Amino acid sequence: MTDSKYFTTTRKGEIFELKAELNSDRKDKRKEAVKKVIASMTVGKDVSTLFPDVVNCMQADNLELKKLVYLYLMNYAKTQPDKAIMAVNTFVRDCEDPNPLIRALAVRTIGCIRVDEITAYLCDPLRKCLKDEDPYVRKTAAVCVAKLHDIDPLLVEEQGFLDMLKDLLADSNPMVVANAVAAMTEIGESAQTEAAARMLTWSGHLVNKLLTALNECTEWGQVFILDAVANYTPSEENEAQSMIERVCPRLAHANAAVVLSAVKVIMKLLELLTPGSDFVQSTVKKLSAPLVTLLSSEHEIQYVALRNINLIVQKRPEILKHELKVFFVKYNDPIYVKLEKLDILIRLTSAANIANVLAELKEYATEVDVDFVRKAVRAIGRCAIKVESAAERCVSTLLDLIQTKVNYVVQEAIVVIKDIFRKYPNKYESVIGTLCENLDTLDEPEARASMIWIIGEYAERIDNADELLESFLDGFADEQTSVQLQLLTAVVKLFLKRPTDTQELVQRVLSLATQEADNPDLRDRGYIYWRLLSTDPAAAKQVVLAEKPLISEETDLLEPSLLGELVCHIGSLASVYHRPPSAFVDGRVAAQRKGLPSRAPTLAEATGAADAGAEVVPTDNAQNAKPAVSVIPTQDSLIGDLLDIDMSGGGGGSGITQQSAAPAVPSQSNAMDLLGDGLDSLLGLGGPAPQQPPQQQPAVGGGSGVDALADIFGGLSATPSAQAGFTPQLESWLPAQRGKGMQIDGRFLRRGAQLQMELQVRNNAMQQLSGFAIQFNKNSFGLAPAQPLSLNPLAPMQTATTLLPLHTKGQVQKMEPLLNLQVAVKNNIDVFYFSCLVPIHVLFTEEGGMDKRVFLSTWKDIPADSESQTSLGSYSHSPDSVSNLLQSCNVFTIARRSVDGIEMLYQSMKLCNGILVLAELKISGGAFTLSLKSRHAEVYSGVQESYLKILKSSN
Amino acid sequence: MIGGLFIYNHKGEVLISRVYRDDIGREAVDAFRVNVIHARQQVRSPVSSIGRTSFFHVKRSNIWLCAVAKKNVSASLVFQFLYKMIEVMVSYFGKINEENIKNNFVLIYELLDELLDYGYPQNTDTGVLKTYITQQGVRAQTKEETTRITNQVTGQIAWRREGIKYRRNELFLDVIESVNLLMSPQGQVLSAHVSGRVRMKSYLSGMPECKFGINDKVVVDSRRGGGAGEASGGGGGKSGHIAIDDCQFHQCVKLSKFDTEHSISFIPPDGEFELMTYRTTKDISLPFRVIPLVRETGRSGMEVKVVVKSNFKPSLLAQKVEVRIPTPLNTSGVQVVCMKGRARYKASDNAIVWKIKRMGGMKELQLSAEIDMLSSTDKAKKWTRPPISMNFEVPFAPSGFKVRYLKVFESKLNYSDHDVIKWVRYIGKSGFYETRC
Repeated sequence: MTDSKYFTTTRKGEIFELKAELNSDRKDKRKEAVKKVIASMTVGKDVSTLFPDVVNCMQADNLELKKLVYLYLMNYAKTQPDKAIMAVNTFVRDCEDPNPLIRALAVRTIGCIRVDEITAYLCDPLRKCLKDEDPYVRKTAAVCVAKLHDIDPLLVEEQGFLDMLKDLLADSNPMVVANAVAAMTEIGESAQTEAAARMLTWSGHLVNKLLTALNECTEWGQVFILDAVANYTPSEENEAQSMIERVCPRLAHANAAVVLSAVKVIMKLLELLTPGSDFVQSTVKKLSAPLVTLLSSEHEIQYVALRNINLIVQKRPEILKHELKVFFVKYNDPIYVKLEKLDILIRLTSAANIANVLAELKEYATEVDVDFVRKAVRAIGRCAIKVESAAERCVSTLLDLIQTKVNYVVQEAIVVIKDIFRKYPNKYESVIGTLCENLDTLDEPEARASMIWIIGEYAERIDNADELLESFLDGFADEQTSVQLQLLTAVVKLFLKRPTDTQELVQRVLSLATQEADNPDLRDRGYIYWRLLSTDPAAAKQVVLAEKPLISEETDLLEPSLLGELVCHIGSLASVYHRPPSAFVDGRVAAQRKGLPSRAPTLAEATGAADAGAEVVPTDNAQNAKPAVSVIPTQDSLIGDLLDIDMSGGGGGSGITQQSAAPAVPSQSNAMDLLGDGLDSLLGLGGPAPQQPPQQQPAVGGGSGVDALADIFGGLSATPSAQAGFTPQLESWLPAQRGKGMQIDGRFLRRGAQLQMELQVRNNAMQQLSGFAIQFNKNSFGLAPAQPLSLNPLAPMQTATTLLPLHTKGQVQKMEPLLNLQVAVKNNIDVFYFSCLVPIHVLFTEEGGMDKRVFLSTWKDIPADSESQTSLGSYSHSPDSVSNLLQSCNVFTIARRSVDGIEMLYQSMKLCNGILVLAELKISGGAFTLSLKSRHAEVYSGVQESYLKILKSSN
Repeated sequence: MIGGLFIYNHKGEVLISRVYRDDIGREAVDAFRVNVIHARQQVRSPVSSIGRTSFFHVKRSNIWLCAVAKKNVSASLVFQFLYKMIEVMVSYFGKINEENIKNNFVLIYELLDELLDYGYPQNTDTGVLKTYITQQGVRAQTKEETTRITNQVTGQIAWRREGIKYRRNELFLDVIESVNLLMSPQGQVLSAHVSGRVRMKSYLSGMPECKFGINDKVVVDSRRGGGAGEASGGGGGKSGHIAIDDCQFHQCVKLSKFDTEHSISFIPPDGEFELMTYRTTKDISLPFRVIPLVRETGRSGMEVKVVVKSNFKPSLLAQKVEVRIPTPLNTSGVQVVCMKGRARYKASDNAIVWKIKRMGGMKELQLSAEIDMLSSTDKAKKWTRPPISMNFEVPFAPSGFKVRYLKVFESKLNYSDHDVIKWVRYIGKSGFYETRC
């Protein structure tokens, strides 16, 4: 058979000929013609004009021909809806054909024809096929429900197909079950109504049944089931454990997709188990071998596996810590495998295996592929920073590489040596001479900037530093901004170190930066230096030559909540891209974010630690996360010393800022930080020498922006709606003067039923702050921290933001004012006390709503004299928006009445200690009046205050 | 799930395009051609994201197979499916090339219709597909026949049809191991592993239950009354049991049974299939050792001496032994002397290829070569000294893997385990067997 001839017809008048052939009397001729049509369709020719002629061939009893015609229909029905109707009768008839293969074919095709008129005809045959006696038809019909849901979700729900689909889960045939699971998962992700969503959630009972069915399914069916099971979070530790036991055998499946889906389920369930228990350890052990085995499959699978291993190694480093050697690069590996292996190699490097790794890296640095070599060189630098004992060997390896004089190797080496200098100051400066020899070959901005930084930093040890910098200065205008900034700072450093003979140089660079450059950052920095140098050289010295914070070891770590989300997507595209699905998938599905479940505290722990929060929100990543791993500055910000203005804007969080979903809030709060900090440093610390050069702010702000982002994302995963509501501004709680340099700003938040205290701690002192702890005094509502304060040591001039979950089970003592909260914060210097006011609305619980009648009777029960009325002023809110806004703060609108243009909202709220507050909000021409009723009149002022704040916030 | 599937020739012309989902349009076909096939630089990842659409590709000879998705699909599933699809096509019409694909495009469309439904992989077993996708149209199938087919396609044992009969019940087991080695010039093993496959050809009647026994340490330990404890490394080779790091099975093997009882039991597909794959890293007997000696004599010359030692029983014979010694790119001439076999300089491969047809165990062979080089001025094109690689085939399993038994039970038909004729063969092959120099 030579069908290839169909591809060659490109003559004129061919459509006409085809038309004639399609209408030929001879069967074989018609079949030939349809083949030609399909071939033309494949190569992208428009053959839609033949629609009626092709549809005519549909009634043929030849199955092969029928399939071709159906293929044509799927492609063109949408463009010719009116003509497509002609095909409906045949479809309906085929759905009743005695041959199950034809019945299935019809139902499979009909779901792909996205024409409304036809969809309507589909329901009856589909219903029949879902109950067909033949499993082949049933499994096809199951998928057809998903197709139909994509076209018309409401129709599917109205017609009761979801119930029928759910019934198929109990089918005796494994493939029917598998397809039903796949269809349900897909529909569940885009369910339109809540009823549908509820119906499609996986219950423990159902999951149990599916796990039993696993054994009998095809490999693909197993993947569908495992992916569905991954969406279910068991409520108890025992259940999670038994699920793991039943999923584990899948790790020995030959199909990599089955293995990775099983790994996903296990990784997720492990979160629910007591860390460190024997079971966890043995499970973790079982994971490593199958993952390693994936590396001997085809290259594409290796790549997917490596990207996933990269995540797994970050989440649970213990799984693969002994498997270093399998990540050694093979000469014949494709480049994408090589690069990924290298990444993982570095993550697994430790003092124990550094010798092996270093020998490998040295080998890689002589390879051909430029990207790979660069990465290898960079990796050597990372090893030096990570394993101190090996730093010396790494440096000598780098020097050897510099001797090769291969241009890009030298440049890369210089960039990493700069990092090594920063990690181990005053240790390896003997190599500077060698570096300087290669000055001329540097043509990449990053390498040039690094080299200039080195020269400036060690100007006192380089005899001809002035000449070297001068040589760079000649081409100042042509340099990139990063190099220009670096050059400016370096020359100023040089001047401060050797003021006698470099005055001319510094004047030149300052005038270049301020007069000839058009980059505002550069100009501003130039002016600041100029002013500093001219007014107070001593202060300039303190600023420019200040001690730098050390850079940390781990690099390129994913931000914990993102990592958690990606672990929930192991095996999928998200895990390959290392980006959440929302970053590359359109539509509603993308908006749903998955997160790792957190473990509910066991009984022992709950009694052991009095403050164990019982209502830990299961999906809240922010609290689940370990003490926030400080996200490492990317290379470009590493270049900079303290004075470097970060050009990339997003600071260290470049990984995060890519997210298109980033809401507007973080940037706002970021801006607020900037302002706050700037004001403090200008006003608060005006007295002594400016310890806090204002030009630092962008970098610092960038850092805290990352934290803010993390918070927002944490919050998002809990309750997407909370973000739309009211978020108060940060208040200053502890000024730096009183805190011996520690400055605390904060606010109270309520996210997804969790009360939180957000603390922004800033270190204005000259030394590192560490050992943070927090305690509350007894207070009116029994507020107490649910967790110890998790805050990494803060380097000078650094800001960190942390979220402290609170609970209300602490000791109660009535305070004056009622909402006063006294807080003690300890650090390595001293203990500091401050007090703040808790906005009452964060204490409103989610259960504050009530029935209208209950509201009415309660309102009547409370004596009229305890009613309090205040005017709240005028706002432009509509009653609806007010109601929504308040709802986000757990103020529930029970009823609404409108009389003569006056709107009355009846609202209720319940405090965490059970106090009920009822409110009547009167809106008359924009003027808001609030009447409150409660059995505890003390809370009135707090409630009024909160109403005011909320209303003002978004006016 | 998979939104569409395209097949292109090397020029980027579409040979097959099958769209499963509405979110994939015709422009996706062009996007892949423009951004990947016609990309100026070599594409550096098998997954590419172009305009919020993800493209997964696999290349076979000069044919591109590309799956497209808009959703967050399982990447591993997509690739596994592409491999499977290739396997199915190969078994239907042989090699994947442009001609075969054009010649069989109707068949391919029919297969794609069956392999994927709305982008979800369905039954992909070749044996089963061949029972009803025949390219003959519908033969006058009786009702029983079609029911049998549909039951089988969807059934519990989707990989075997009922009613198979052989006059002679026979089975063949091939244990094929590929040894991978990376050795430093000083003879230190940097990494070594064996990946083994057990391929089975079964010609058995009925629905036979098979039990397969191997000398895996864990399996053997649990057999001996269990609780023998963790299979920690060391000494595995001496006791005749080996430590298998990991093994994976064909879908016919009952995995839960393996997990609990460490027994491998299954109902085999008819004909040839891969029963299991495994991986070992401990106590591998490396069949060959390569000792390189490279000396640069000035700017335009190099001396290479390579010694190959065989390290197995003298009674065994290795076959198809081949040593590839890479030479610099600017080589102008090579003089080679070797004790046995034929060695030639292949300029096109930049290597000296030394072929030895047969080599006994415990032997030592040597090759020496002098390489002349053009004194190149082009410093940038430096030679990276690729590793010396080896190919060979030896008649034993370097991991020490042994088949202990394979028992066949078929209760309904009247043949017993003793009546089945069984053949077992061990082959050790080279994977990436490399020594750096």
